[in-house]
Amino acid sequence: MKKEILYSLKSPYRDNLDVIGCRFGSGKKSVAIVGATRGNKIQQMYICSQLVRTMKRLEKTGKISPNCEILIIPCINYYSMNIGKRFWTMGNTDINRMFPGYDQGETTQRIADGVFRKLEGYEYGIQLVSFYQTGNFLPHVKLMETGFTDPADMERFGLKYGIVRKPRPYDTTTLNYNWQIWETKAFSVYSNETSGIDDVSCSEVVAAILRFMYSIGAITEKSVPGYKTEIINESDIYQIRSSAGGIFRADVPTGSPVEQGQVIGRIIDPIDGKTISQITTEYAGTVFFEYNQPLINESTMCFKIIV
Amino acid sequence: MIKTVTETMLAVNEKLRIQKSTIKNGSEKKRICIVTGTHGDELERQYLAWLIGDELRRNISLLDGTVDIYPALNPLGIDSITRGIPQFDLDMNRVFPGSRNGTMIETVCSAIIDDISGADICIDVHSSNIFLRELPQIRMSVPTSETLLPYAKMLNVDFIWVHESATVLESTLAHSLNSTGTKTLVVEMGVGMRITREYGRQIFDGIFNLMKNMGMWKGDTVEPRRPIISQNSAVGFVNSDADGVFLPEVSFGDYVKKDDVLGNVLDPLRGEIREVVRAVCDGLVFTLREYPIVYGGSLLARILTIDDKTVKGGGEI
Ligand SMILES: [Zn+2]
Repeated sequence: MKKEILYSLKSPYRDNLDVIGCRFGSGKKSVAIVGATRGNKIQQMYICSQLVRTMKRLEKTGKISPNCEILIIPCINYYSMNIGKRFWTMGNTDINRMFPGYDQGETTQRIADGVFRKLEGYEYGIQLVSFYQTGNFLPHVKLMETGFTDPADMERFGLKYGIVRKPRPYDTTTLNYNWQIWETKAFSVYSNETSGIDDVSCSEVVAAILRFMYSIGAITEKSVPGYKTEIINESDIYQIRSSAGGIFRADVPTGSPVEQGQVIGRIIDPIDGKTISQITTEYAGTVFFEYNQPLINESTMCFKIIV
Repeated sequence: MIKTVTETMLAVNEKLRIQKSTIKNGSEKKRICIVTGTHGDELERQYLAWLIGDELRRNISLLDGTVDIYPALNPLGIDSITRGIPQFDLDMNRVFPGSRNGTMIETVCSAIIDDISGADICIDVHSSNIFLRELPQIRMSVPTSETLLPYAKMLNVDFIWVHESATVLESTLAHSLNSTGTKTLVVEMGVGMRITREYGRQIFDGIFNLMKNMGMWKGDTVEPRRPIISQNSAVGFVNSDADGVFLPEVSFGDYVKKDDVLGNVLDPLRGEIREVVRAVCDGLVFTLREYPIVYGGSLLARILTIDDKTVKGGGEI
């Protein structure tokens, strides 16, 4: 493994922000993997660190394919991580809304540019992400549909679900979108948890990425078999929003099958304890996402169900 | 009359409520919307909204038409010194046009759009952020400039910045309204978290001048300033290359020559100057950094060059 500083930023009074890349193998740029672009993505950084550990073992035992180079960046914005912030330390901008970046621009545009230059030219790009809303969900892979990446390639991860998303205006400055514009086939891998650590979900995602790398021939160690991936359009997922604000209780865990008309959650009045809203599903299916905070506002996404 | 545009239940005993004040008189059907407060840390427009309401309340007989004032589109942000929407860490001006069946913020944005849509003109007033001070100006994208320029010239600003359109800006309130036929002008002025009385008065004069031109105001108005109209290429950006403490050597609104010293980036630990910051072109300093701590890349100033690409005195592009 070669550990290198891909981009370095100076600060008035802190240590430099050194974006570290871990490189394995050599030759053709095969896969690049990016962990935390935001300060709260601890799980995503953790997954990368576990992947680096595994890759070091594969490298030692000669199981990285010849003429294959793999780059892993566990975290970009650890400056914010170290001070408990989600977005950039000053100005609160989101590095994952700054791609492809600009070397003469604002600070986070410069960081995005510096890192993106090192991420260009790979055949595949994998970004570890989580939902914007806090909640529990099933690990899955997502593809931003630009026409460049083949949705069927998502099957290589062997995760239960592969989701196709139509890009919205604000997606055009993300890493995933820009990777595809610069001809890297890009995937976003969602694991449960963001600011905490979920070991089960982590192992599942590490296994999925190794499976992907084996499938494209970047590594030679066969991995444990995965699922046959079901490919779904994001817009076909049934979503339930809260019809009231209050204390939220889910009655079923993620992954459980639910029947049409089943009560799957409740909203309780925080003052008198009365149930003010019963959340029922109109369709039978599998609970894919559920909100996990104790307090909920009205019109908040509380369940997503794959029907 | 105070009206509720939309309300949503928060978790504990509170509603997120967007309110507006509707001031109406006479038989004229025209309607103008003054919208402020998507960014909770921008407060200049609070004074402007008050000024307009105060003038109309005292001289209601001079009004012919409807004025809707929305002083706080992001009430949770304004009440908690937060630019975005607290708890969501989300820039509200990247969520428009929203969606009727979307998340809480999307439904709020969609209700705001529905409420404003159909107005003859909408003015979305911003006041930069806590980092930069801005001369009163109107910003518009090239595709909207043909429709909007005649109105922008009435608003008593110092200049009008016509910029390239960026896909990411398609999620702003102004773009959402403009693309569905409600003419919306974006005013930028001053600095975040502060109120500059003179700018409030300047845009106040502009709005009443605009209303007079639209046949909605019978009172006296002032002759508007003739703005400089600038294309994107005529704006020079000065970003810091060093990190440290920026201390300007020029004043906001100064005319500078290329290579003039705009300020220094200081290193207080070593007592050294990290960078001498120079003007990238001749022109007017219309943006100047207010918040002193900088990283490499921090925007320090914007300079408007006055050349053949800019048109002085309100001429056509
Ligand atoms: Zn603003």
